Amino acid sequence: MINFRKLLSASVLLATLLLSSAATVSTAAAPANTKILRYASQDDPQTLDPHSANLTPTNRVISQVYESLVARDKDFKIIPGLALWWSNPDAKTWRFKLRPNVKFHDGSPFTADDVVFSLERTLHPLSQLKSSVQGVASARKIDDLTVDFVMKEPNPVLLNHLYQFRIMSKIWASKNNALTPQNYKSNEDTFASRNTNGTGPFSVKLRQPDVKTVLVANADWWNNASKEKGNVTQVEMLPIKSNATRMAALLSGEIDFVLDPPQQDVARLKADPNIRIAEGHEARIQYFAFDQFRDELLYSSVKGKNPLRDLRVRQAMGYAIDVNAIRQVVMRGLSTPTGSIVPPGTQGYSKEADKRLPFDREKAKALLTEAGYPTGFSITLDCGANQPPADICQAVAAMLTQIGIRTTPNIVPLANYFSKLQKFDTSFYLLSWGATTFDSFYTLQALLNTNSGEQSSNGDSNYGRYSNPKMDELIGKIKSEFDMKKRDGWIGEALLLNQRDIATLPLHQPVIPWAMRKNIEANFAPNNIAYFFRFKKN
Amino acid sequence: MVDLMRRFFDSDIWHSFKRNPLVIAATIAALICLFAASLAPWIAPHNPFDLKTLNLLDAFSPPAWIAAGKSEFLLGTDDQGRDVLSTIMHGSRVSLVVGICAVFLSMVIGITLGLISGYVGGALDAFIMRVADIQLSFPAILIALLIDGVARAVIAKENHDQVAVYVLIFAIAASGWVQYARTVRGSTLVERNKEYVQAARVIGRRSLAIMFSHVLPNVMGPVMVLATLHVGTAIITEATLSFLGVGVPPTQPSLGTLIRVGNDFLFSGEWWITVFPGLALVILVLSINIIGDWLRDALNPKLR
Amino acid sequence: MLAFAIRRLLQSVLVMLAVGFIAFSLFNFTGDPVALMLPPEATQADRDEVRKSLGLDEPSYVQFAIFVKNGLQGNFGISLRLGRPVSQLLIERLPATLELAMTAALLGLLIGIPMGIFTALKRDSWTSKVFLTGSLIGVSLPNFLIGIFLILIFAVWLGWLPSFGRGDVTQIGYWSTGFLTQSGLKALVLPAITLGFYPVTLIMRLVRAEMLEVLRTDYIKFARARGLTNHAVHFGHALKNTLVPVITITGLQLGGLIAFAIITETVFQWPGMGLLFIQAVQFADIPVMAAYLCLIGFIFVSINLMVDMLYYVVDPRLRVDRATLGGH
Repeated sequence: MINFRKLLSASVLLATLLLSSAATVSTAAAPANTKILRYASQDDPQTLDPHSANLTPTNRVISQVYESLVARDKDFKIIPGLALWWSNPDAKTWRFKLRPNVKFHDGSPFTADDVVFSLERTLHPLSQLKSSVQGVASARKIDDLTVDFVMKEPNPVLLNHLYQFRIMSKIWASKNNALTPQNYKSNEDTFASRNTNGTGPFSVKLRQPDVKTVLVANADWWNNASKEKGNVTQVEMLPIKSNATRMAALLSGEIDFVLDPPQQDVARLKADPNIRIAEGHEARIQYFAFDQFRDELLYSSVKGKNPLRDLRVRQAMGYAIDVNAIRQVVMRGLSTPTGSIVPPGTQGYSKEADKRLPFDREKAKALLTEAGYPTGFSITLDCGANQPPADICQAVAAMLTQIGIRTTPNIVPLANYFSKLQKFDTSFYLLSWGATTFDSFYTLQALLNTNSGEQSSNGDSNYGRYSNPKMDELIGKIKSEFDMKKRDGWIGEALLLNQRDIATLPLHQPVIPWAMRKNIEANFAPNNIAYFFRFKKN
Repeated sequence: MVDLMRRFFDSDIWHSFKRNPLVIAATIAALICLFAASLAPWIAPHNPFDLKTLNLLDAFSPPAWIAAGKSEFLLGTDDQGRDVLSTIMHGSRVSLVVGICAVFLSMVIGITLGLISGYVGGALDAFIMRVADIQLSFPAILIALLIDGVARAVIAKENHDQVAVYVLIFAIAASGWVQYARTVRGSTLVERNKEYVQAARVIGRRSLAIMFSHVLPNVMGPVMVLATLHVGTAIITEATLSFLGVGVPPTQPSLGTLIRVGNDFLFSGEWWITVFPGLALVILVLSINIIGDWLRDALNPKLR
Repeated sequence: MLAFAIRRLLQSVLVMLAVGFIAFSLFNFTGDPVALMLPPEATQADRDEVRKSLGLDEPSYVQFAIFVKNGLQGNFGISLRLGRPVSQLLIERLPATLELAMTAALLGLLIGIPMGIFTALKRDSWTSKVFLTGSLIGVSLPNFLIGIFLILIFAVWLGWLPSFGRGDVTQIGYWSTGFLTQSGLKALVLPAITLGFYPVTLIMRLVRAEMLEVLRTDYIKFARARGLTNHAVHFGHALKNTLVPVITITGLQLGGLIAFAIITETVFQWPGMGLLFIQAVQFADIPVMAAYLCLIGFIFVSINLMVDMLYYVVDPRLRVDRATLGGH
C-alpha cells in the first residue's frame, strides 16, 4: 500500500526545489523606459524572407525590419529612404545616391553592394516580389554609395514600386547560406526565413511560428530623430486566430492593439471607454470575377455554353446585388460601395468610372430572360474562408438565387484558395486586390490584362481569364507613358472599359478599424500595415 | 403484443421509471428533441436553407421577447437572416443522424468482432483484444481526429464536402466499438461452453448462427445501456469536431457548427446565435445521459 | 518481479511498434512523400535522388525499419505547413501541454476525491444528489462550451483572468515553464479548470462507486462488527482500498488529458502540442500528425507501464498477469 503522507511530502519537496531553482533563473527586471506593445492579428507571418512571398502578413513584419531606397511618410507620400536622392538621366537609367553611415542590425555597414545583391535576389526565379522592381534589368555599382538601375523597359512609376523592394545585407546572407530566396512554394526552411538582418527601426528578437514574434527597437536606426517617431521599444506580435479570443484579450487589457477586430464588435468597442478605434479606408477593393474563357463552365448547370460570357448575364448579376444591405448587415457600415476596381486616391482613379449598377431585381430578371435563361441556372461561387468574404459570399448567393441564379457558396480554406484560383479551377469567385503601389497600373496589369501564362506578370491574377485586345492595348500604353496627364487619360479609359464589359464586378472598399487600448496612439495606414515606429504608448 | 405491454408495465424497470421524476423529465425532453429534429423540414417555422426566402436585412434580430425582436423569429436570427429556431431544429437533425448512425455502426462492428473473438478464440481472439486494448488507451476524440485528418489528406477537397458526413460517422464509430466488443466477447465466452451450444454444434448447425440466435439476446441489455450513453458521447464528439472546424461542412450545419459560427458574435451582444444552439446541445446530451445512467442502474441490481 | 517487468516491457515495445506502423502507413498511403518534399518543378532525377536518399526504393519492411530508426532518433521530417523539423516543433510545445495536463489532473484529484468520499458516505443527503446531478451535467457539457463560458465570465465580464496564451514563461534549459511567473500562473487558471472539469467528475464518480463497493465487502462488515469507529472504517480501510483503482485510472487519464487538451488549447490559444495537432489536421500536415501520434502513443505506453509496475508493488494480490483479467 502506498503511503500517502510520504507521497505528499515528496511532492511538496519537489515543488520547493522547483521554486527555489526559479530564484536563480532571474527574470530580468525591465528598465523603466521600456514600452512594450502587445499586438494581435489573426494571421501569423508565413516567412521572414523579404524576397520569397508577397503576402500581407509577412509584409507586416518585414516592413518593420527591412527598408527600401524610398520610404513613405505618414500621408503616404514618397520620401527618401535608404537613398538620399535619385535622378532619371535617361529612360533607361535611374541613379540612386545612398545614405551614408547606415548600419544593419548586426553592425555591418550598408553599401552599394547590398543594393546590387538585393536586386539580384529580388529578380531570382524563386522570388515572388519581382513586381517591386518592375522594369529593372540589373544594377551597377558606381561607388560605395552610388548605384545605377538599368531598365529593360521604362517604368514611369518605378518609385511607387520600389517601396516594396527590401535591402538585405550581402555579407550576412552569404555567411548564412541565404543568397537565394527561400522556396516558398515547397515550404523550404532557410536561415533567412526565420532570421532577419535589415536596417529598419526594429529587429527580430524571437521568432516562434504560430506562437509569437518579438521585435525590439533598433537604437542605432538612422531615422531615430524623425518627427514621426513614437516611443515603442518592443513589440510582441501574437497570432490569435479565434475572433472571440482576440476580442476578449483586448477588452481585458492583455493586449494593446488588434489589427483586425471583427466588424460586428466595432460598435461595442467604440462604446468602451478603454478602447480607441483608428479607422480609415484600406487601399483595397473587394470584387467578383467570372470565368469568361471556357466554352463550358466547370461548376454550373448550363452545358454546352458559358453563360458568363454573355454580358447581359454579368449585368444581371450586377443588378441583383444589394450592396447597401451588405454594407449595413455584413460590414456593419464599415465599407464604401464602389464601381471602380481601383480605390479613390490611386493614381489615375476616375470618378466617372466609379458608378455601380443600381440594385434592381426586376431589371436583373429581365436581362436573364433576354439572355435566354428565363428559369435561371445554377453556379458555384468560390470564396476564401476568412471574414468577411465568407459572409459576403453567403449573402450574395442568396441575392443571386432570388433572381434565378441558384448559387452555392463554396468556402475554401485560404491555404487552398489561392492555389485553386491559380489553377483557374473556378467559375465565379470573390477576391480582394490591394492597390499596393497607389498607382492604377499595378491593378490593371494584374487583373485585366490577358493572362500570359508564366511569360510575364501580365494578367497574372486574372483568374477568370478575361481578355479584350482593346484593354491590353490601353495597358500597354499606360506602361510606358511618362506624360502623367496622358497616362491618367489612358487609365480612365481602361477603368471605364472594365465597367462597361463587367470584366470584374467591384463590390466595395473596406473601412478598416484598428482597435487599441486608450493609452496607445496610432494612425491608420491605408495599406493596413501598422508601422510600429510611429506608435506611442502612454 | 398486449401481453408484452403488460409485462413491460409490470416490470421493475417501469416501476423504477415511474418513481424517478428526473428521468421522466429527461425522457420527455429527449422525445421533444427527437420529434423536433426528425420533423424539422415539415414543422420548422422557416426553411433556413432556402436561399430564395432569405432576406439579409432580417439578420441579427434578437429573440421575439426582446424589444427589437420580430414575432416571426421566436429565437431571433443569425448573421445571414436565418431563423435560429429553425437552424437549431435542422442542426439537431444532423447531430442526431450523425450520432445515431455512428453508434449503430459502432455497435455492429463491436458486436461482430466480439462474437467472433469470443467464439473462435485463440490467436484471432488475442489479436482483436490486443487491438482493442491499444485503442482503448487512446481517447475517442483523438482517434476520430486522426481518421478525419487522414481522410482530408486522401480525399480531394472538391469531393471532401460530399463525403464529410460519412467520414465523420465512420470516424466516431471506429473510435467507439471496443466497449461493445468486450461486453459481447465476455458473454460469448460464457455461452460457448454451455451444453445447448455444444449440442447445436453436434447436430451440425452453423456455429455463427448459433451465436447470433442465442448469445445476442442475452447481451442486448448491457449493449443497449452502452449504446444509450454512447449516443450522448457521439453527439458531443461530433459537436467538438465541428467546433474545431473539421466536422460537417458549413452547408449542412450541425449544432457544433452553429455554436462555432455564433461564437464570433458572442462579444458583440448577439448572444442568441450561440447560446440557443449551445443550450439545445446540452439539453439533448444531458437528457440522453440521464436516461442512460438510470438504465444502467436499473439493469444492474447490485447497485440498487 | 523481473520476469513480470520484462514481459510488460516487451508488450509495450510491441504496442509502440504497432503505433509506429500506423504512423508509417499515414506517410506512405496518403500521397507520395517525395512529392510532398520537393517543389513541383523538380525533375525526375531529383525525385529518384530523394527517393533513394529516403530509402524509398527499398522493400516496405526495410522502409519501416528506417522509419522506426528515424523515429527513435526523433526525426519525423519537416512540417508541411511550417517548414520546420517536426521534432523541434513538438519539443517547443511539449512543456505547455504537460503543465496544463498535470494541473488539470491535480485539480481532478484534489476536488474529485473529497467529493467522491462525501457522496459515498452520505448517499442520500441533498448535497450528494446535487453533486451527482452536477457531475452528469459536467459530462454532458462539451469541453469547448465550458471554455467559452469561462472566458465570457472571468475574462470579459469580470476581467480577472487572461483568456489566452501562457503569459510570461521562464526558460529552464529545454523546458519553458509558466509556473514561475504571476502572469503564467494566472493564464493557467481558466484552461486548467476547463480541462479539469471532466477528471473531477470522473474521479468523483469512480471514488464513489469503489467506495460503495468496498463498504459492502465482508471485511468492512467484519471491521464494523469488531466495533471500529465509523471514521476508522471509512478512512482507514475503505478509502485505502479505494485509492488503488483511483490512482490507476487517474494515471491512465493523464494520457487522455494530454490528448483532450487539443480542445482546451484551441479555445484558449494555449501554445501546446494540441493546437499544433489540430492545425495539422486542418492542413493535412501528415508529418506532424504522425509524430504527434507516436509521441502520444509513447506517453500512453509509458504511463501504462508505470501504472502496471505500481500495481505490482502496491497490491500483492494482483501479482498475476493483468492481461488475463483484461477480458473478463
